[in-house]
Amino acid sequence: MEGTKTRRKKRLDRSIKVRTEGIYALSSWSEIGYLMFPRALLIVGLLILPFFLDLYWQRVICQAGIYALLALAFDFLAEFVGLVCLGGALFVGAGGYISGLLNSTFGWHPLICIPMGTIGGAVFSTVVLIPALRLRGIYFAIVSFMLPLFAVYIIIALSIFGGTEGISALDTLPNTWVEIYLILSVVLIALFLVRRLVNEDMGLILRGVKENDQAVKASGISITNYRIRAVFIAALLGSFGGAYLSHLYGWLGISLFSMDFSILPIAAAVMGGLGSLAGPVLGALILTPLSEALRGFGQLRVVVYSVILIAFIVYKPEGIMSWLQRKYQQFEHWEEV
Amino acid sequence: MEILIYGTVNSVTFALIAVGFTLVYGVARVPNFAHGSIYVLSGFLTYTFIKDLSMPYPLAVIVTLLIAAAIGLVIYRLILIRLRGLPTSEIIASFAVSLIILEGLRMQGIWGFKGFIGPFYMLPPFIEGKVSVFGVFVDYQRLLIIAAGFLVVGALWFFTHYTKVGLKLRAIAQDEHAAMMLGIHSDRTAMISMAIGSALAGLAALLILPLGNITAEAGYKVLIYALAVCIIGGLGSWGGAVLAAFVIGFAMKISTALFGAMWESVVLVGTIIAILLFRPSGLMGRQKELEERV
Repeated sequence: MEGTKTRRKKRLDRSIKVRTEGIYALSSWSEIGYLMFPRALLIVGLLILPFFLDLYWQRVICQAGIYALLALAFDFLAEFVGLVCLGGALFVGAGGYISGLLNSTFGWHPLICIPMGTIGGAVFSTVVLIPALRLRGIYFAIVSFMLPLFAVYIIIALSIFGGTEGISALDTLPNTWVEIYLILSVVLIALFLVRRLVNEDMGLILRGVKENDQAVKASGISITNYRIRAVFIAALLGSFGGAYLSHLYGWLGISLFSMDFSILPIAAAVMGGLGSLAGPVLGALILTPLSEALRGFGQLRVVVYSVILIAFIVYKPEGIMSWLQRKYQQFEHWEEV
Repeated sequence: MEILIYGTVNSVTFALIAVGFTLVYGVARVPNFAHGSIYVLSGFLTYTFIKDLSMPYPLAVIVTLLIAAAIGLVIYRLILIRLRGLPTSEIIASFAVSLIILEGLRMQGIWGFKGFIGPFYMLPPFIEGKVSVFGVFVDYQRLLIIAAGFLVVGALWFFTHYTKVGLKLRAIAQDEHAAMMLGIHSDRTAMISMAIGSALAGLAALLILPLGNITAEAGYKVLIYALAVCIIGGLGSWGGAVLAAFVIGFAMKISTALFGAMWESVVLVGTIIAILLFRPSGLMGRQKELEERV
């Protein structure tokens, strides 16, 4: 390196970014605006987006919302609790089956079945995962990856709940606008609630569980207890997605446990940036339409999002979100060294 | 008697499938989720070599195993080497590789590629024919699996205990930093283990696949079985893996005989959950592993 002139990128925080840290953010409208702009952009953008789309792409946005919830759950579990959950499909399947079965057996209205499916699915997934919660790292990943696949085997083997064909003709939601604004509002609420949660006391403990569980244990806090709570929260998000999905198409079947629900959210989370919570939502909103556009090519879309996943994880592990954040908060220029 | 013989065949099948995965994880600490896909890919490669290029069987086998090893090497060299020590990323990346291979095989109609879909892909067995063992008819291929299974496990045990490369692998597995101070190249050793592991996946495929069709779905199943064996046996221990393979193999055969084939997978889940509840470190797992995983 000696003798050659090299350049490096110099980054400096914008002065407004520094001024908006802490209580001083309230000192002027421009600073409040600087803080609120990204949030407002996301909220308003999501809420007015459906007006510009036709029926088909509105459906795609509904799906993107489901994937966004799953990506959020994955990110929350992986980055704040230290549990890599490859089994998002378990949450979707449990929620979808419970909600759909309640609807087809008792004929209750979807707006009653969805909350019940959400809670029931979350309880079920948590109970199933409890034996695995004593495990760490890759062991938990392995078990959570196997569970949805086993669920499929069991449903086929015992031919319960409609077996391979599933149950069709469930009640659907009243109209498209209810469908789309239900999922979008849940995504936004979930995003901001989880963001708040990880900064509360409970989030602190959860991060402690991730970084050094022995220390948490030594403080007299039960790790397993907190892991169960965290998994329950993540499962709530995923199960809502599943319950909603089964009423979106008025159909439930073993494809609710399909690997798409485990993999695409992970790809979205990696693409958006792990640990930023908003990133995974953003990633899902980008990746789902992309995968939908490739639907005509059959299995190629799985290949494409796997390639995107590898490319991001190897070459751009920080993800889109932290890149955007950097652009927003800092200016950068090249300087000679 | 039938349960005993077919149970043994089943168990050895599991052991063969899991042995490559255990080797890679035990040594390089790389959870190679692409294991199942390499298994299926080897099957398709051999099929292509024999049917389309009309190679003789033994040559096709050798070429396939070499290609499988090369694929493992490339996966490690290009992708996993950048992610060492980040378990989350390792799992995600290797699983993505697996998806690319398996779904790529199923892909259809692009650039005139027909895709490997349908029930028509079968490998011929090495040796045709059946023999009666204690009044039960067993075909030679199944006997071959048993023989090969014991041979492979024995050879691996010898390899990791008495050869220089094998000892290097174990050194890296035990204490990476100490091994590096003694001049063992960590990445190169991990690469070797990855190549051997992939070749073992290929070997398992060539032995097992002649018993049925080759399908892309088998890749996920193989991955699950490998993971199940490793969880039950305790990762990275040969004895544990073999014992676990026998536990699962017999549990599945016995439940099939008693309740019917559909209970197989239910029993598998039950076994895993019971083991996790009562012996979280696996059947033969040692204290060190216990610390790591619980």
